[in-house]
Amino acid sequence: MFEVGLSHYLVVAAIIFSLGIFGIFMNRKNVIIILMSVELMLLAVNINLVAFSAEHGDLVGQIFSLFVLTVAAAEASIGLAILVVFFRNRGSIAVEDVNIMKG
Amino acid sequence: MTEVPNMVPALPEIFVAGVGMALLMLGVFQKVSDSAQEIRTSRLISRLGMVTLVLAMVLVAAVAGSTMVTFGGMFISDPFAVFFKVLILMASTLTLVISQDYMERQNISRFEYVILIIFATLGMMLMVSANNLLSLYLGLEMQSLSLYVIASFNRDDERSTEAGLKYFVLGAVASGMLLYGISLVYGFSGTTDFKTLGALFADSQVSPPSIGLIIGIIFVLSGLSFKVSAVPFHMWTPDVYEGAPTPVTAFFSVGPKIAAIALFARVMVGPFGDLVEHWQQIIILISIASMLVGAFAAINQTNIKRMMAYSSIGHVGYALTGLVVANEAGVRGIMIYMAIYLFMNIGAFACILTMRRGDRMVENISDLSGMSKSHPMVAAALAIFMFSMAGLPPLAGFFSKLYIFLAVIESKFYGLALIAVLSSVISAFYYLRIVKVVYFDEQGDPLDKPINSILGFVIAGCAVIIVLFFALPNVIVDSASIAAFTLFER
Repeated sequence: MFEVGLSHYLVVAAIIFSLGIFGIFMNRKNVIIILMSVELMLLAVNINLVAFSAEHGDLVGQIFSLFVLTVAAAEASIGLAILVVFFRNRGSIAVEDVNIMKG
Repeated sequence: MTEVPNMVPALPEIFVAGVGMALLMLGVFQKVSDSAQEIRTSRLISRLGMVTLVLAMVLVAAVAGSTMVTFGGMFISDPFAVFFKVLILMASTLTLVISQDYMERQNISRFEYVILIIFATLGMMLMVSANNLLSLYLGLEMQSLSLYVIASFNRDDERSTEAGLKYFVLGAVASGMLLYGISLVYGFSGTTDFKTLGALFADSQVSPPSIGLIIGIIFVLSGLSFKVSAVPFHMWTPDVYEGAPTPVTAFFSVGPKIAAIALFARVMVGPFGDLVEHWQQIIILISIASMLVGAFAAINQTNIKRMMAYSSIGHVGYALTGLVVANEAGVRGIMIYMAIYLFMNIGAFACILTMRRGDRMVENISDLSGMSKSHPMVAAALAIFMFSMAGLPPLAGFFSKLYIFLAVIESKFYGLALIAVLSSVISAFYYLRIVKVVYFDEQGDPLDKPINSILGFVIAGCAVIIVLFFALPNVIVDSASIAAFTLFER
């Protein structure tokens, strides 16, 4: 019988985390995709925390992940709000249009 | 029956949080039907905010003296935290003082600005008092979330919103990396408490730490270097500094930076202090890269806020050399450096805030030409700040570098000290160029007169502190020595 152990969770979390990082730096289209990638990174962290918490039999990890969820929600709302004012000024949320300041 | 935790060590934070929310309510329920009323409300809240921050400083001084841990080990109040809290509160108060006039001229004078500054300050105070990876994360996020909003506070301005967007995206990535690191550290050590972590690594010579733990520490380190804007995580700094409203830039360059450096020092010498040989190389690399980028990239800048951004990257590099040595002298050097840096930067930004022409803000370095004729006092103060940043004796900036470099040399990092001195010489070029533009370039269109008197007071006060530091260095040096000593106490 195939056992799902700690390392499997860690590998999944690592894959999701790298997907998030790549999503941010490879993406040339839309800022919303960046916001989604950030959420992916935070969710990978939550998988890690809960997996470790179960492994150690220690509740701190699960409580930590609840805090991370809350902060992620606040972060997403602030990100979207900033995106809205940006869109009002520029009429676009394409990543390549975020370019007034350079150098 | 659970015991009620001891609230006394956290009194300043509780006070700031409570008053912050009360001021938010007060602002929301003011009647605002035209812009005059809006300005009146924002003035009222701004003044009350300054009073709050000053009272918080008194409270911080009241709980100072001993090391107290509370809230189940989450929160620590020691002389190290107290020293940095006083600096942070001064930075926020001075920012509020220099903001009001600018905000009114730009028609963005809203009371939410003050509330956001207060909550960012609260986040910073929690950061420097963090004694657990959880409270570290929450403090950091509280600070960052408020800062994302104030970066884009001028919401009808393209540059300001772009600055906010860039800061948000890169800041969120950094928080993600920091968190991933925290999750690994938690997983491979089984605890998030700083004291337990420190005790765990104390016998690391016997049993080397696992590779997962080292990766976790590196992730934490990169997240923190982003927050202090050290190379290679500095790319957001110039854009955000240029785009954000000028008083906000002034705040960014002192408050969050001081708090993040304090957090950096606490995390590295506290829980991970015994793993010094594993992270020392990385900090050396980061600090050298920051010093060099700060020195070279600033040379070509034409915008003074952008130049100050590179200058602050360089200053972070110098401060981090104090962390490389990871001993009392180094941490004391960092503390003195940040204290003096606060006054230099607030003073310099107050000078930048006086740069107006035809009632519009100008920010090019060439706009400063002939300032010595039109504004002799401001020009003299600006020259003092620039000489001090370049590190010329007997100004305060020289001593701040002296204490750090001495600590580095005593620990026999001669190569690092040499690079630090050389890059300090290179960066003197662009600081002195400003003095040259101010004093020797032909006068263009004169800048507006008269300058705001409150700004004048701030400039004069900062200049006096910078010039007279050598007469009374013990005020800062003694408390920094005590604070650095307690940080290394186990």
